[in-house]
Amino acid sequence: MSTIETFYDVMRRQGITRRSFMKYCSLTAAALGLGPAYVPKIAEAMETKPRTPVIWVHGLECTCCSESFIRSAHPLAKDVVLSMISLDYDDTLMAAAGTAAEAALQDTIEKYKGNYILAVEGNPPLNEDGMFCIVGGKPFVEQLKHAAEHAKAIISWGACASYGCVQAAAPNPTRATPVHKVITDKPIIKVPGCPPIAEVMTGVITYMLTFDRLPELDRQGRPAMFYSQRIHDKCYRRPHFDAGQFVEHWDDDYARKGYCLYKMGCKGPTTYNACSTVRWNDGVSFPIQSGHGCIGCSEDGFWDQGSFYDRLTNIKQFGIEANADKVGGTAAAVVGGAVAVHAAVSALKRAQKKNEEA
Amino acid sequence: MSDKIFHPAREAHEIFEASRLTGDATLADLESIRHSTSVYVYQAPVRIWHWVNALAITVLCVTGYLIGRPLPTMQIAEAYDQFVMGYVRFAHFAAAMILTVGFFGRIYWAFVGNSHARQMFYVPIFNPRFWRELLWELRWYMFLEKHPKKYVGHNPLAHVAMFCFMTLGLTFMIGTGWALYAEGAGQGSLPDTAMGWLLGLVQNSQRLHTLHHLGMWAIVIFMIIHIYAAIREDIMSRQSMVSTMISGHRMFKDDRID
Ligand code: HEM
Ligand code: SF4
Ligand code: SF4
Repeated sequence: MSTIETFYDVMRRQGITRRSFMKYCSLTAAALGLGPAYVPKIAEAMETKPRTPVIWVHGLECTCCSESFIRSAHPLAKDVVLSMISLDYDDTLMAAAGTAAEAALQDTIEKYKGNYILAVEGNPPLNEDGMFCIVGGKPFVEQLKHAAEHAKAIISWGACASYGCVQAAAPNPTRATPVHKVITDKPIIKVPGCPPIAEVMTGVITYMLTFDRLPELDRQGRPAMFYSQRIHDKCYRRPHFDAGQFVEHWDDDYARKGYCLYKMGCKGPTTYNACSTVRWNDGVSFPIQSGHGCIGCSEDGFWDQGSFYDRLTNIKQFGIEANADKVGGTAAAVVGGAVAVHAAVSALKRAQKKNEEA
Repeated sequence: MSDKIFHPAREAHEIFEASRLTGDATLADLESIRHSTSVYVYQAPVRIWHWVNALAITVLCVTGYLIGRPLPTMQIAEAYDQFVMGYVRFAHFAAAMILTVGFFGRIYWAFVGNSHARQMFYVPIFNPRFWRELLWELRWYMFLEKHPKKYVGHNPLAHVAMFCFMTLGLTFMIGTGWALYAEGAGQGSLPDTAMGWLLGLVQNSQRLHTLHHLGMWAIVIFMIIHIYAAIREDIMSRQSMVSTMISGHRMFKDDRID
């Protein structure tokens, strides 16, 4: 393995100065929630370790993850990480195409057997033997299985790879299936979101490259440093939530005042992501800041929870458009009515019996 | 009348002197109170639990509904000085903690209390006789039986309802409730260690909210039936109901043994 360059070599070759390199290390440490003591550790790891190759494959997806990724706030972060990745295989970003591209994939797999990270964007559809997504003339699911076989670990990018996303929405005609249900024998890290935040993506990949292990994961297999709290827990509109000050209609005065979007269906209270802290586009804003509720894009099944604009979401199992209050309230009203009728009949019967006895 | 019933030696008009002195008691009344009996069914901890639990559930239903559908926006003060939603949620969580502690206390009492304290926690589903009696009780409620039967604890129908809505229902509400609470308390907190796995199981917190919310409606439906049945039975059955949960004594209105 000694022939493989280090991360630092790659960066220098990309024309990155040492000063920028150190900046990048401190930025990464901060993004990962590590103390300043970790900066030299990251630097050292990147200077001495052979870089970890990454293969990036694409199944059923919309490329929003890649789009997000290349817009990482710190230009260096994306340059560095991108250059490290595109060196190997990413059919969207790499220069090669067609047979050459497939050969590059095969090359990388052969060369780094058991050492590369497989990053998956999108998911494989399983119906009709996977014919709904063809890559290089073969069903994507085959490429995925092939590339996964010798991978050290797998990153599931975005809601598609992690959970299925809109292409898996009921009734899921193509049987789009998240990666962890197809590949069951490899460590998988889920980085959900539609797309995930750029800094989260580069942060996760840098962590794995430098420390040579998966970051700490939560119960659902997401990196805990970015997905351990809800949007709601760190939302700057939270004081309005606690005060009971809500936007009641789009464009009402409360909306202009920036009140809480809970009643407009904001899914911040049920969504684990870093938007309210890291924000988007260089930390410029995030959906709630621009006046729209969170739609819960990093949650399993967010696409099948009814309207994005309802606080109480629909329950499909009842076959009608109904939320918990409609279902429960109707049932309670029916029972209440039945009780009233029963009480009336009971009273009549009792009067009847009294008459008979009298 | 069976020979097994104990008959005191003296006649009714010779006893209950105090009752006769009030002037309104007829001879038939005296004959009746001589036979009527009561059983001590609900011990004090069970009764206290019942009413504390009822109060907590009421608070939980009202505040829970308001969490799902908050009150209209109020502008009493600046947001930092106003805490309407905060208080609603605080009341929900305070009542939730009382409910939880009470429920565990109630389970403890099932072990150390009398036999009636245990009835709520199991249903004798393998006893065919139980099912026949259940059917019979159902017929009584459908006006197909003329005379009700006597029960010391819950009748079979009430027994099943108690088990489903309280034993299982409260377990469900406490489980889902603490799993929701764990989200705010944070990963690694005690609620998270205890119940966080449930969110992992349900996967999406929105779904967990919906399940918890539907659970409320199940409990509301139980409350409607429970209160109606208790009052109706108090009037129409052969034993006391509502006062039993106050005094602990089940009073019987006749001394027939069928
Ligand atoms: C009879 C018992 C209970 C009833 C009827 C009840 C009812 C409700 C309802 C209707 C909601 C709103 C759900 C939604 O639509 O989002 C709710 C939320 C909640 N409940 Fe309960 N609940 C009960 C017990 C508990 C318990 C034991 C706990 C434990 C701490 C608990 C904790 C919570 C939490 C944390 C929320 C979410 C609050 C939020 O999202 O702001 N509940 N409850
Ligand atoms: S806007 Fe959404 S995330 Fe923010 S406080 Fe309101 S409900 Fe929570
Ligand atoms: S605010 Fe919510 S919907 Fe928007 S990107 Fe973040 S997690 Fe997704």
